[in-house]
Amino acid sequence: MSDLVADLLAGKHSALARVITKIENRSPGYREIISDLHQHTGTADVIGVTGSPGAGKSTLVDKVAATYREQGQTVGVIAIDPSSPFSGGAVLGDRIRMASNAGDMDMFFRSMSARGSLGGLSTATTDAVTALDAFGKDKIIVETVGAGQNEVDIVRTADTVAVLVPPGSGDDVQMLKAGILEIGDVFVVNKADLDGADRTVQQLREMLQGRSGRPDSGHHGATELAGDHGDASDDSDEEDDESETWNPPIVETVANRGEGVEDFLDALANHGDYLDRTGRREGQARERFAAEIRTLLREDANELLVDELNRRGGIEHYVDAVIERHTDPYTVVDEVLAPLRECLDERRD
Amino acid sequence: MSVEQEQTERTIRCLVAKVGLDGHDRGAHVIARALRDAGFEVIYSGLHRAPDEVVQAAVQEDVDVVGISILSGAHNTLVPKILDGLKEYDAFDDRLILVGGIVPDDDQDELRDLGVDEIFGPGASMEEMIDYIHENAPER
Repeated sequence: MSDLVADLLAGKHSALARVITKIENRSPGYREIISDLHQHTGTADVIGVTGSPGAGKSTLVDKVAATYREQGQTVGVIAIDPSSPFSGGAVLGDRIRMASNAGDMDMFFRSMSARGSLGGLSTATTDAVTALDAFGKDKIIVETVGAGQNEVDIVRTADTVAVLVPPGSGDDVQMLKAGILEIGDVFVVNKADLDGADRTVQQLREMLQGRSGRPDSGHHGATELAGDHGDASDDSDEEDDESETWNPPIVETVANRGEGVEDFLDALANHGDYLDRTGRREGQARERFAAEIRTLLREDANELLVDELNRRGGIEHYVDAVIERHTDPYTVVDEVLAPLRECLDERRD
Repeated sequence: MSVEQEQTERTIRCLVAKVGLDGHDRGAHVIARALRDAGFEVIYSGLHRAPDEVVQAAVQEDVDVVGISILSGAHNTLVPKILDGLKEYDAFDDRLILVGGIVPDDDQDELRDLGVDEIFGPGASMEEMIDYIHENAPER
């Protein structure tokens, strides 16, 4: 165990910050750090908060974090902002909204940029959550702009996902297309004092009724829906005996005035209870670890193969050969993978 | 922290902080944008931060550069508080501390003695600052 890990476990803030930096940079040694930290995790509640830019995520997270702190719980927040695809630089501004927790060290707030080049942002987020969990945070909030697969992956690191919808964005199609309806466990119509909030709530409710599975399992297709907890659960165990389904509540908040924050926390707590009651928390954890193992395997195998390709003189001469019609992509892949297959076959005996 | 060889061009993180009652952040915005365009990750604090908050941000965000913008003339009170806070959380040694604003020569010497690495006054160019950061960003 390195000094850094020991310092983190001992509760040193700068060590936690440095570990997250190493995770972000994929610095040498970060894998060992995560390995060492893993056994100290599993106690935190992880909450994902997503929604379009300007929906009020940061402001709501600030109030939520402050309320948790009042209850005596420690909080970690990871806020992910986009970075420029051109310079790689970014201005990470979510911190500006964290006014309610100013100077409070037990409220650990960290901005992360979606650095395109490193890929695997969801992996980095998962690892950062591991660090916060091992540090001993009671509640961990992951906040991200809700657009695209990347975000959906990130948000899956959470036990409970809250989706923020600003009023007036309520064009039915707009809400449906992001695929965001499927991942939400709790929906929040923030800025509920604005015109159109009622209409947005109404539309959301209609759409969610269309989504949620009905308990009567005789209905055609209903069993699939019931098992579909915002996630592709096709590879998980049979869960038919759990007849209870979760109907995502819609909460109205005015985050900047702190209105509705208690309701939101209640909704989060209810979902947490539901996860425990139905045993889904464990199921989710299993799925998450399975997904993480798959992702890491893919990344590492990929790296291995890139090295192998380079050793064989890079991909270019294969491309040349394919263009000249001397060979084809499938044959190339078979050729590159042949030694690996042989090696595995030998080991198996 | 142990040996870090073959560290490829890591992303430098900078905090741009406005401390105290000074409400002029036009310059801080311009600087934040210039640093972003130079490929840095910039965490902007927002206006009217207390020294505590700047320390909290600098520690938690694990920035390489702490940029403190003060135009109110209160640098002699505010900067030492920030430096003390950073030392308290063991986040002083491997960080570049920069001050921007109007700082009289006598005060400059004093701030440098306390641990400020560089002071950029009126007329300092963006290139100057970015080059300085590239050259002096701490090894980690």
